[in-house]
This record gives sequence, C-alpha cells and structure tokens, in this order.
Amino acid sequence: MDLTFSPQEIAFRDELRAWLEANPPAAEPSEGGEDAHYAWRRDWQRRLYDGGWAAPAWPAEYGGRGATLTESAIYFEEIGRARVPFAANTLGLLLGGPTLMVWGTPEQKERYLPPILSAEEIWCQGFSEPDAGSDLASLKTRAVKDGDEWVVTGQKVWTSGAQYSKWCMLVARTDGEAAKHKGLTYFLMDMEQDSVQVRPLRQITGEAEFNELFIEEARIPDANVVGGVGNGWKVALTTLMNERAGLGFALQIRLRQLLDDLIAKAAERGLLEAYGDALAELHMRCESIRLLAWKGLTDVERYGQPGPEGSLVKWLWSDTNQRLTQLAVDIVGPEALTAGESWSYELLRARGNTIEGGTTEVLKNIIAERVLGLPRLKVAG
Amino acid sequence: MDFGFTDDQRDIQRTARDLLGERAKPERVREHAEASRTDTELWSELCELGWPGIAIAEEHGGQGLGPIELSILCEELGRCVAPVPFLGSVMAATLIEHGGSREQRERWLPPIASGETIGALGAAVDGTAEFVIGGADAQVLVLVEDDGSARVLGAQEAEVSPLPSIDPTRSAARIVAGDAGGALPDGCAGLGRALVAVSSELVGVCDRALEMTVAYVKERKQFGVPVGAYQAVSHRCAQMLLETEKARSTAAFAAWTADANPEGLAEAAAMAKASASDAGREVTASAIQAHGGIGFTWEADVHWLFKRAQVDAVLLGGAGRHRTRLASILADRVRASAPA
Repeated sequence: MDLTFSPQEIAFRDELRAWLEANPPAAEPSEGGEDAHYAWRRDWQRRLYDGGWAAPAWPAEYGGRGATLTESAIYFEEIGRARVPFAANTLGLLLGGPTLMVWGTPEQKERYLPPILSAEEIWCQGFSEPDAGSDLASLKTRAVKDGDEWVVTGQKVWTSGAQYSKWCMLVARTDGEAAKHKGLTYFLMDMEQDSVQVRPLRQITGEAEFNELFIEEARIPDANVVGGVGNGWKVALTTLMNERAGLGFALQIRLRQLLDDLIAKAAERGLLEAYGDALAELHMRCESIRLLAWKGLTDVERYGQPGPEGSLVKWLWSDTNQRLTQLAVDIVGPEALTAGESWSYELLRARGNTIEGGTTEVLKNIIAERVLGLPRLKVAG
Repeated sequence: MDFGFTDDQRDIQRTARDLLGERAKPERVREHAEASRTDTELWSELCELGWPGIAIAEEHGGQGLGPIELSILCEELGRCVAPVPFLGSVMAATLIEHGGSREQRERWLPPIASGETIGALGAAVDGTAEFVIGGADAQVLVLVEDDGSARVLGAQEAEVSPLPSIDPTRSAARIVAGDAGGALPDGCAGLGRALVAVSSELVGVCDRALEMTVAYVKERKQFGVPVGAYQAVSHRCAQMLLETEKARSTAAFAAWTADANPEGLAEAAAMAKASASDAGREVTASAIQAHGGIGFTWEADVHWLFKRAQVDAVLLGGAGRHRTRLASILADRVRASAPA
C-alpha cells in the first residue's frame, strides 16, 4: 500500500496545475441563459483542446496523452480543485469517444474522434426512454432497415445537451423477435434532421439540463452502426461502464469543496460545535469516497476490471451529497431556501443524484447479485 | 498510488486466515466462550509464530513489521472472534513503544513480543479504569487518561477485579491503580496506532458477519424462495457491505498514515475508529436481523460477533467521541486557514 504519487504522477499534476493557473476559463456569463452558459463551456473545451488537455486519457494517436488511470483520476481531481467547468462535450469525451475506440471501425474513429476532442461536434446519449429507465433493455425505439439506411422511430428522455448536439449515441431495437438484450443495435444518429425534435425537460431546479427526443422516421446510414447489428447491448454497456468510472473523481472533489464551504459557513456563524457531529460524519464519508475511488482504481490496474467499489462509490457519493445539501439549510438558515441561491440549487439538484446514472435501488441490486452473489427474485414477465 | 497489499502482506493475510480457519473454528471458539476461557493452545501457537510482536521493533524482540501488518492480523482474529488476549497485548505494546522511555521499552516489550507477558490497555479516570479488555489476564497494564498522559505498571501493583463481559471470548476487569506505575514520557503518542488496531479488528468482525449472513440468506427459504432473493433482505446485505467497506477503507488509510504521515494520524485514527465503531454495531445487528429467529438464539454464532463489536465499539471511545475529536480538528483547520 502506498498512497503517494510517483514522481511521474506528480510531474503530470504539476504541469496540469500550472496550465490551469495560466489558462483560466473566460468569465462565467451572467446573462444569456443556458445558451450563453453552454457557449462558455464550449469555449473552455476549446482552450483545453488547444493546450492538449481536453482528454488526457485518450491514446496519443487519437489526440490524447495516453494518461494512465491514476493520471486520469488526477486530471479530474485537479479540474475539480481548480473549480473550472466541465468541458462542453463531456459525454463525447468520456462516453462516446472511448466507446468508439473499443467498437468503432477505423473509418468511424478517423471521422468522429477529432471533432469530439475539439468540441466542433457535441455528442448526446439516447438510451433512456419513458418506459425504459432502470430496465433499459426493454427500450422500444425501433430501427428498420431500408436499403443502406435505417429508419428510426421512437422517443428518448433524459438526453442532456441534445439541443447543442450533432451526434446522438442511440440504442434502438432492430430485431423485435430476438430476446430483449439481443435485438438491440447501437447507432450514431445525426441530430440535424427535422425528424428529430428536441423538447427541453424542465427539472425541479427550474432549469432544463435534459431533454426529450421525439424521433419520427429519422434516417441513419448503415455506416453509422457501431459494433455490429444486434450487438447494441454490449456496446451500450461499454458506454455505461465509462459513465461510472470517469466522472467519479471530479464529483468527489466537488463534494469536498461543498463541504469545505459549509464548514467555513458554520465557523462564520459560530455553529461548528452545534453541528460538529454531523459535519464530522460528512467529512468521514467524503474521505471514504475518495479512498474507495482510489481503491477501485487499484483494482482496475491490478486485475483489469473494476471491483464492487464503482457501485458503492456512486451510492455513497449521491447519499452524502443529499445529506450535505440538507444540512446546509440548517447551517446557512432559511435564506438557503431563496430560489436562485446556490445552496437552494444544490439542495434541489442533489435529489437527482440517487436516480441518474443508476438509481440507488439498482446499485443495491447490482451489489447484492454481482458482488455478494445473492439470488435474483424472478419477476413475472 | 496503490491501495492494495504487497505480496508479503497478502501472504501474511492468507497464512493467518488458513491457520485460524483450522485452529479457531466456530465450535472451538464457542467451547472457550461458554467456559469464559482463553484458548491457551491457540495463544501459544500464535506466540511461537511471533504474532504479539509483529509490530514491535526487532531490537525489542519483535518482528519489526508495521501497522499495516498488525492490522491484517487484528482483522483476521476479529473475523473468528478468537478467544486470545492479542488485542490488549498489542495495544499496550504500542503505547509503550511509542510513548515510553528507553528503559520502559527494554523492560516491557521483549516479554510482550514473545507472549511471555500479556498486556492490556485501559482508559482511566484518576487511576481507575472501569472496564479493561483482557485486564484479568494481563501482567502489564497501560492506563491512559483523558489529559493525554499514560503510564505503565505491573498488574500486581493494581487492584484487579475481574468482570463478566457480555463478550466472554476475552476477559475484562476493573482496575484501580491509584498513583502506581511509571508515566510514559510521551504519554498517549501510541494511541492512534492502538485505535487502528481496534478498528481493524472491527473490520474483521463486520466482514465475517456479512459472510455468514450472505451464506444464510442464500440457504434459508421462505415462501418457496431463498430469503436473500427479497430486496428487503438483499438490500440490507448491500448496506452491510457498504458499511464494512467504509470502515475498511478508513482503517487501511489510518494504518498507512501511521508510518507514512504521522502528523495526519490523529485525524485518520479518529475517522477509522468512528467509522469502524458504527459499522461494527450496524453490521452485526443487521446480521442478527437477517438471520431471523435463529439469529436471536444462543445456538447461532452471530451473537459472538455482535458482542465483540459492542465491546470494541466503545473501547477507547465510541463513534460520537471520535467524531467530536474530528470536528475539533476540522475547526482548527478552518481557523488556521481563515484570514487573520
């Protein structure tokens, strides 16, 4: 056990830190709403790209730095620590790119990877449907072959950034006769066609981070199938695995910062003693999240696959963020409930944490079945 | 950055598990627990293998390994609730080694390392410790006081009254020492390491409780299916794993911190003990619940784990006390970083 960084890792961290200090993002726009905010993040990704820091984990041949897993974790820790925004094309960088690297043809990699990196083409994820949330494989969006094209009809939901996206990672049913996991295919769908309508989905914070997609006979060329017809479930799992691994470190640091802000607030109000026990508990949880995240990384480096930590970390993180933002209301006082105030935003946004990216209930099932080896209850149908 | 054990550490863990799997089977533990007796045969064997001295420096007759190796043994012994006075001995040794004078170290450590002398550590108020684990068997006692002072004395220098503990796998005693004994010049300097040792034992208790529970709920059928197929039960098991892994990660971190970053040990040890104390109670209580009626009987072995966890959870301060300590460390940090 050695929880220190190697000289090479320290050099990586120092180089990134120095770069982030010398190249801060532009000032966050105070006007112009979500569009201006998105443009700001897109500009930030371009700066990262120009500096060679958009996706250090990507292999050098695709424009990355071939960073190790530890370096990649350091990257997200530093991005979090510097309090800079996430790159605009986070889904492309973390999910789409890595999925293509595994399953894409040489032509697909050459065509799609460079504009992901430079934020010229934004990606979104068309997985969930109104009737297919946790039970993703039951999705109904249908793709029918027509010559060398596929014709797609259906509805997707929780598609973040769809209004800014050029490409959608779309999973659709191509064989209605096959078993539910077997009849799926993974496509890259061009969002710039009239048959794809994007409707913003207003969430409990009042903003619209996500969208609904209404797809009515959209056309996808056969060349945009990723990983082969009927192989969509496997390809989608690659995307989902990347979803849990990548963002964890950055989210963990955000939580840490929020807790530090809250402790400072408690000190300012003379409430450190009154809330000492609860704050110490949150501090311990934050530390456990950090440690379990590093432990997960060690497992991947040693055994080539993530251990149970991935699900545990996401569960613990989401639960802790909810507790923290709830405690903040007590410490900051009722003004934390003023709409538009950052603590009120955090409080409301945190409710999504235990649902998005795998509900806590699904994570518990995964842990019970795959880690502990408990039997699965047979459900009718 | 590497969170795993070295090959040597893995060997220690495997060897310990194999040995205890043979020598500390549930029926043997039960036999000694029911008679409130130390397993002297097992203890002799562990002493021959040098276990009590694993973390004691070689110059004092120990193996000179570190807090991580000590943690591994504590966890393995916790897993089987071994009826041996290991924890008290290694905690006493830790306090003497890190807070004692050269003379105190030379006098007490070699016999503890060899197992010839059994040690115990107690939290005392004005020379009286109400509940000292292993206190009735010990020949050397270390008493720590709330002001951070500590002293070492021979058991014959104190009034030792054995107590019946709910955990009969280890003795307990009330110790009245008055002013007897010699102060350790560096007081409680070794306390952080002792906290890591208890925390690691609790991790072992949790790990075993979860293992037994998972095995049981896979077998036990009601309404025609294994009860572990019900989410009310399986999600409880998932929660037990989460608590166990939280405790394990903080205990491992504290063990590593002891040598690698001694200034950080007070914080890391407080976290480890708070986390392990909570986990120990919750996980073993859950184990009883998930076993249903059988879990409440004397026949089922889960209650030994519950009892050990209860005793360890309050040993050297419960979770609340360590969170309070942690809160004051956090408060100091905020004050230090605030602009003057």
